Amino acid sequence: MTDPAAPAEEAATVAAAVAGTATTLEVEAANPLRDPRDKRLPRVAGPCVMVLFGVTGDLAKRKLLPAIYDLGNRGLLPPGFSLVGFARRDWKDQDFAKLTHDAVKAHARTPFREEVWKQICEGIHFVPGEFSDDGAFDALAMALSEIDETRGTGGNYAFYLSVPPKFFPKVVNQLKRTGLADAPEGSWRRVVIEKPFGHDLQSAHELNEITTSAFPESSIFRIDHYLGKETVQNIMALRFANNLYEPIWNRGFVDHVQITMAEDIGIGGRAGYYDGIGAARDVIQNHLLQLLALVAMEDPTSFEASALRREKEKVLQAVRLPDNLALNTARGQYAAGWQGGEKVVGYLQEDGISRESTTETYAAIKLEIANRRWAGVPFYLRTGKRLGRRVTEVAVVFQRAPHLPFSKDDTEILGQNALVVRVQPDEGVTVRFGSKVPGTAMEVRDVSMDFAYGESFLESSPEAYERLLLDVMIGDPPLFPHQREVELSWKILDPIEQFWTTQRQPEPYESGSWGPPSADAMMARDGRVWRRL
Amino acid sequence: MTTFMLSDTTAGKISAQLTHLRHQMGAPAVGMVLTLVVMCEERHQYDALRAATEAAREHPSRIIVVINREVEEPIRLDAELRIGESTPGEVVVLRLYGELTRHADSVVSPLLLPDTPVVVWWPGKAPEAPSKDPVGALAQRRITDARGFDNVGIQSLVTRAKGYARGDTDLAWARLTPWRSLLAAAFDQPVGKVHEGVVEAVAGNPSAPLLAAWLSERLGAPVRVSDSPGPGLTAVRLKLEDGELSVSREDARLATLSRPGQPDRNVALARRHTSELLAEELRRLDPDEIYESAVKRFARSYKG
Repeated sequence: MTDPAAPAEEAATVAAAVAGTATTLEVEAANPLRDPRDKRLPRVAGPCVMVLFGVTGDLAKRKLLPAIYDLGNRGLLPPGFSLVGFARRDWKDQDFAKLTHDAVKAHARTPFREEVWKQICEGIHFVPGEFSDDGAFDALAMALSEIDETRGTGGNYAFYLSVPPKFFPKVVNQLKRTGLADAPEGSWRRVVIEKPFGHDLQSAHELNEITTSAFPESSIFRIDHYLGKETVQNIMALRFANNLYEPIWNRGFVDHVQITMAEDIGIGGRAGYYDGIGAARDVIQNHLLQLLALVAMEDPTSFEASALRREKEKVLQAVRLPDNLALNTARGQYAAGWQGGEKVVGYLQEDGISRESTTETYAAIKLEIANRRWAGVPFYLRTGKRLGRRVTEVAVVFQRAPHLPFSKDDTEILGQNALVVRVQPDEGVTVRFGSKVPGTAMEVRDVSMDFAYGESFLESSPEAYERLLLDVMIGDPPLFPHQREVELSWKILDPIEQFWTTQRQPEPYESGSWGPPSADAMMARDGRVWRRL
Repeated sequence: MTTFMLSDTTAGKISAQLTHLRHQMGAPAVGMVLTLVVMCEERHQYDALRAATEAAREHPSRIIVVINREVEEPIRLDAELRIGESTPGEVVVLRLYGELTRHADSVVSPLLLPDTPVVVWWPGKAPEAPSKDPVGALAQRRITDARGFDNVGIQSLVTRAKGYARGDTDLAWARLTPWRSLLAAAFDQPVGKVHEGVVEAVAGNPSAPLLAAWLSERLGAPVRVSDSPGPGLTAVRLKLEDGELSVSREDARLATLSRPGQPDRNVALARRHTSELLAEELRRLDPDEIYESAVKRFARSYKG
């Protein structure tokens, strides 16, 4: 029985390494109760405090606080874990506890259990104040050292900056001033920042100067929540734990790759942030280029952060822009229309948007990767708001069979083979291939073979933020982009953005459609079409 | 949900009926990842099946429940098929009569899903060597439950150690995971040498001696078991150079972790349902070597 099971075991080991649940050797050496073979024991973070800036924000209420509860419910929070909220509210600890309680009740993934809540509630603290108020940060420093005394958290703090980027410098400088950024011997200090990491190469660089002036690079965790999604991590398992796909994962077999993130919603209440930023900076620079890197990179020597980041950087460095940006990029702006049975306004009519805004809400670009594996294979990236429906996917489209022993009529409706990784919703993998239609004639048509996460591993997918918060507390960085990746991504996008500023108004497209005609024309020039989603 | 009864039938007819029902529901494709065979008595059937279907929400499976009925009756095979919304996979309840009770493998084997793992679970009494049992031999993973042996649960673990084969596990071990996880987390900060320890639990709890065996194996220190009023496991106390590290839990929900020089802290440590234990077992299907060394160590030290 062991022999046939062996490859499966190996695959399991690789998958475990991808998932990162294995205990590391250093921990095992120091802790007699841990053993890499003991796979039942989950990774639990060491004692620590999470300090949350911007607790009243939408992200904190919808994602972060519920994720912390879910971690507790799965037994992954350390004993003594404490949560400190900081905001400009005249609040006491109980008020923050109530906010957390309500957020957990409304948005947690796992059922509410009194004993878990009690464990978390005991560690909840609130410090009121403004970011410019030195006194408030002195109070925060005092509160933290008191928590170390009463909860045994050992001086380990993670600072989560869930605040608009313009406040980053203030907060980081305050942390530096109060000495909270400097870890005493034997403890750690980490800072977590959310996208956007700047709006171009220069601003990303400046932002990084500010954070690295207080924290070393290894203590900076840049959250791209897409990388915490199970399906995105599964891209690595799919590619590197299987033998089925890697041989055809190159220019010899792949015709092109389409990476799409479509949203059905408009900008909602984000007008202030979105206008002037646009779809490409908001989505392509981070999510889509990270997906491209994972799909196109060579196999890393291990799933250690350094090895993984090195491969991603290599492929981002190899990305080449097309010579003619006018013909190989497209941008659009949604106009009024009907989206899913609702009448919606156009971008220019949204509250808080100037009637002359040239911000794009749809962006499509064509990239090439100049290396031996991918030379000549175009990667098409597109994203947009108010499109037909919400879907994120990576589609690897294969070349047509070199010779078809069937008559032209038989294969008239046969498309190209494709392997599609569905990132959201309905996470899974689809393989599209030709199959004979039952009957006397030899008629070949496309069929789909589906793997759905929900079907094979039901209810087991934790939220991306759960995984990422746990990784921050453990100090495990493979799923967080490095500053070099951020800067490489801006280097790819900056010339396109500069070109777009020389252009006129983005082309309008009707809400609920699949983007502007120029995007379709861009594909048609290459003899290809966008996948209908 | 569709339920279908077949009386005096064969494995072939059951198989054909399953395919037919799937097509009828318009879902001929199956995304099931494993076959779970439940070997139980009629009185355990309801609870066992419930736990198995809940575990199947995380691991969609074909669940085959095998119930041996009267040996004296004429040979007969009755089957009950369930497909539908409450279960993501399929459920087949088999009732075996007469001489067939000794040949359950002949019915089970054609009903296993092809090329996917097979897990056998005995919620009650289990054979002495599960891997030598005709049905057990079909599986990669064999799950017993010392608690199913009622008051001889602890002794059953000695039998488990004797008849151990790679792929065996016991739910008495799975019940310990939250405790072990919490203890391991406590040891992530260096604690120094452990001199001795004690595991406190209600008398006859089969998990307690396993936890003691694991701790003494890993810590290289004697760990004994002592009785407490319960419920279940109530405390682990380890004697250190400079005091005591302890995890105590009186209400089966919230535990207190104490260690020298640090404040006491509360941690949620609730007892888990059988379905959660089963789901944990199904998550990893490779041999559990840590369990093997713990159960064997316990058996060596057991003095009846």
